[in-house]
Amino acid sequence: MTIRTFSILFLCLLLAGCSSSGTWGWYVIDPTTKQGYNNIRFLLNGFGATILLSIIAAVLSMCIGLIVALPGMSHNRWLRMPSRIYIEFIRAIPLLPMLFWVFYGLPVVLKSMGINANIDAFWGAIITLAISDSAFTAEIYRSGIQSINKGQTEAAKTIGLNYSQTMRYVILPQAIKRILPPLANQFIYIVKMSAFASVIGMQELTRRANELVVTEYRPLEIYTLLILEYLVLVLIISFGVRWLERKMGADESK
Amino acid sequence: MAKAIEIKRLNKWFGAYQALKDIDLNVSHGERIVICGPSGSGKSTLIRCINSLEHHDSGEITVDDIELNQNKASIAAIGAEVGMVFQQFNLFPHLSVLQNLTLGPTKVRGLSRSEAEERAMRILERVQIPEQAHKQPSELSGGQQQRVAIARSLCMEPKIMLFDEPTSALDPEMIAEVLDVIVDLAEDGMTMIVVTHEMGFARRAADRMVFMDKGEIIEMGAPKDFFEAPKTKRCKTFLNQILQH
Repeated sequence: MTIRTFSILFLCLLLAGCSSSGTWGWYVIDPTTKQGYNNIRFLLNGFGATILLSIIAAVLSMCIGLIVALPGMSHNRWLRMPSRIYIEFIRAIPLLPMLFWVFYGLPVVLKSMGINANIDAFWGAIITLAISDSAFTAEIYRSGIQSINKGQTEAAKTIGLNYSQTMRYVILPQAIKRILPPLANQFIYIVKMSAFASVIGMQELTRRANELVVTEYRPLEIYTLLILEYLVLVLIISFGVRWLERKMGADESK
Repeated sequence: MAKAIEIKRLNKWFGAYQALKDIDLNVSHGERIVICGPSGSGKSTLIRCINSLEHHDSGEITVDDIELNQNKASIAAIGAEVGMVFQQFNLFPHLSVLQNLTLGPTKVRGLSRSEAEERAMRILERVQIPEQAHKQPSELSGGQQQRVAIARSLCMEPKIMLFDEPTSALDPEMIAEVLDVIVDLAEDGMTMIVVTHEMGFARRAADRMVFMDKGEIIEMGAPKDFFEAPKTKRCKTFLNQILQH
């Protein structure tokens, strides 16, 4: 459905470009010409960085999110409070200022602590995306874990499982099924937000498009292609997640 | 010989509501106790205190000479001796029947997978559903699920079994198959406390009846005396109500 809609939209744009020359100039990314071919290669080369950045950030975000979420559900308010503060605080910081803070500010902080660390654009972007997203991931975990019937925890307790065993073998495997759709949403969010990494010089999809626009002066075609590049990535994730959901749902309904 | 369970002056509050009032109860090894009483009388709360699913506010609970306190070691030591079966079965829906049974033995008791599976199959034979071992809990009937839940508890080789209304969530035609399994356990000498409204079962299996109302033990005695000559008015009324059907 989505694919059909978007391909029709894309075809319309393409046709519009062909008929009324002067507004569209697809030659910049026409693979049959040498210049167009080189331009396309230049743009597509950003895929690797965007994908790697997104995957590492998403994995980190899922780990940090779990570490933050678990004490947040404790009966002990001194365990609960740091988790709440982290979530409220991180959630309130817009991504771009946070990215600047991490990239330009964090090295200064580290230096004052005697650590001479140079944070490059790649890791600066990953740290920012992971931390920013982890506040949301933590809330997703919390809702997922709390949606599991209390009887499950009690049953686990009566067969002697301790807290971490209960989480690992009983609660999380059930919760993960329920939170897969919102986690996938967060992953898509990370892929799109990774475009911000372009402003600190990370050579990913958006940065490359920006650079090409500066030399070619064809923003319409290049940014159109850029949007389609993200669309492809996001659709692949959507299909992947739906496949995973079907696979996981299959043994439950069996 | 020490008692299996000794409870002295046990009190439990939920906020301002007192769920248990000065409960005294001793259970000998091998004894089968049936607790009955109207809903909200504290029956479930009492047995949930024994395996520390609820924390009591005052009084003493001693299981096999181990005193239950907030200390994690005592909770774990008592938990290892006490099995529990819930009204809602509480099977792990994402695991097969066999995996439900082997989870505790492998992760807590340190058995190898093959040892645990062998034990699980032996116990599934005993509750008469060995052929269901590789199914998911959702594929089983309520009666079968409850028998799996009993088997899951037995796999931990408990000395004492607690049953919290084990047949209340079952369709009538499945109640018998679950009760048969419990009677079989009782005849085998298992120490057990059963919270139930199944009075036929109580007559058949109980050594002692306990009647509770409003958080107190009102009456206690052998099933014969209890059913034929209840001493208190409250108990008489209750028995009349549930035996009418």
